[in-house]
Amino acid sequence: MADKVLMKGNEAIAEAAIKAGCRHYFGYPITPQTEIAAYMAKRMPKIGGVFLQAESEISAINMVYGVAGTGMRVMTSSSSPGISLKQEGISYIAGADLPALIVNIQRGGPGLGGIQPSQSDYFQSTKGGGHGDYRLIVLTPASVQEMADLTMLAFELSEKYRVPAMLLADGTMGQMMEPVEIPEADYTPTEKDWTVTGTQMKRKHNVVNSLYLSPEELEKTNFERFERYKQIEENEARYESFMMEDAEYCVVAFGIASRVSKNAVIAAREMGIKVGMIRPITIWPFPAKPLAEAADKVKSFLSVELSMGQMIEDVKLATECKKPVYLCNRVGGMIPTPEQVLESIKKMAGGER
Amino acid sequence: MTTNTLIAGFGGQGVLFAGKFLAYKGMLEGKQISWLPSYGPEMRGGTANCSVIVSDTPIGSPIVSKPDVLIAMNLPSLDKYEKEVVSGGTIIVESTLIARKVERTDVNVFYVPANKLAQEIGAPTLANMIMVGKFIKETGAVSYENLEDGLKKVVSAKRADMFDINLKAIETGYNFK
Repeated sequence: MADKVLMKGNEAIAEAAIKAGCRHYFGYPITPQTEIAAYMAKRMPKIGGVFLQAESEISAINMVYGVAGTGMRVMTSSSSPGISLKQEGISYIAGADLPALIVNIQRGGPGLGGIQPSQSDYFQSTKGGGHGDYRLIVLTPASVQEMADLTMLAFELSEKYRVPAMLLADGTMGQMMEPVEIPEADYTPTEKDWTVTGTQMKRKHNVVNSLYLSPEELEKTNFERFERYKQIEENEARYESFMMEDAEYCVVAFGIASRVSKNAVIAAREMGIKVGMIRPITIWPFPAKPLAEAADKVKSFLSVELSMGQMIEDVKLATECKKPVYLCNRVGGMIPTPEQVLESIKKMAGGER
Repeated sequence: MTTNTLIAGFGGQGVLFAGKFLAYKGMLEGKQISWLPSYGPEMRGGTANCSVIVSDTPIGSPIVSKPDVLIAMNLPSLDKYEKEVVSGGTIIVESTLIARKVERTDVNVFYVPANKLAQEIGAPTLANMIMVGKFIKETGAVSYENLEDGLKKVVSAKRADMFDINLKAIETGYNFK
């Protein structure tokens, strides 16, 4: 294992992707994710990789689509408005059953919005984003170490299920520095039977495509894909449980919101309020099971988000609305303070709502 | 112990660099650390600040909204953050640029003419590291031992000629009475 180094979250993503065997990066600059592109621009030429700044986000995602068809590890990164531009390409990649990594370092929206942190692309990431019936595997890191670890995991899962993966973080996670140990990945590219890499005249050629003019055939591909989604939902939901053993109240938060909430949970415990936290590490698949189990034990939930309340819908679905779910939020680039979250926990515990 | 520090000043004063040094120093001492810059459409002369947390326990939020220690490098920073410092906390004021005194009476205050001291040692751009020296002296958040190890991580090979003078600036701040 390598020594710990201080890195920005964005740099940790880039270095982890390289360690994971990614040699193709296509992007277009946008705050607050530009360090990823800058890091790739510096490193890729030295290791025989490709860094290409495309003329637009749309162009970059279609270059990703192209490389993904060859089975090589490939990625792009952007921030909210840029990710919106990429949606058509993402839908095509999902429709063609290709693995790829898309990184979204979110900023406030809608529209051009601002450049400060946000989590308001939750719906876009987990409920479609582009057109058609499809899912992305969505991972949400809450530390610089997880920026690296989940980047590597994203490549693995994406390849295993042939489903594009998204790493969803925000401006704070991208800009902050913490000690990080970039793990050595034992990745060796494997022979795949679906890639378009030339037949050497030895086999029938493969086709990578998302166009099916026969509705029977298109329905079949959708059904088949959803069988895989079912497996992912069963096997790949990840979460962290914090002080939940005896909890009477449950905070649900991911990414930067979970970091802030952790302070508030500890402070509330010191005041004698039995509160815990479930932190989704994947938001699709959503960790519905631990939340459903918690719903039988706790009195209520508090969803802490940097959005007008998007994840809260999944919390309500997972818990089948058995218990009240409240919202604590800031938006537009603002971040709730631990004091604000603590106030919401106190209100919830006092039944003031 | 956890020390939540906010370093604030003009862009170009080395606010982020000073924070980075403290973060590396803490990390090398086996402490938990986080470093978070303000980011935005900023430039030399604009405002810049960074949150640095050094702790013996895992760090929750990396955002310092209620600092234990404020290093104020210019007047707008003192005006903005003086009221946010926790009661019993510490404010270190760059007193060649900030003419006014701290109004709070429930915090420890140190006035350091860092820009003047930096001029005197022939390193006019290192007022930030003089403030760092005073910070180490008054908070003990990181150790005064092995300063070189921390500096090696932040002074790039290209600027190796700046290494000794950075060290001297920290020492000057540490020994300023």
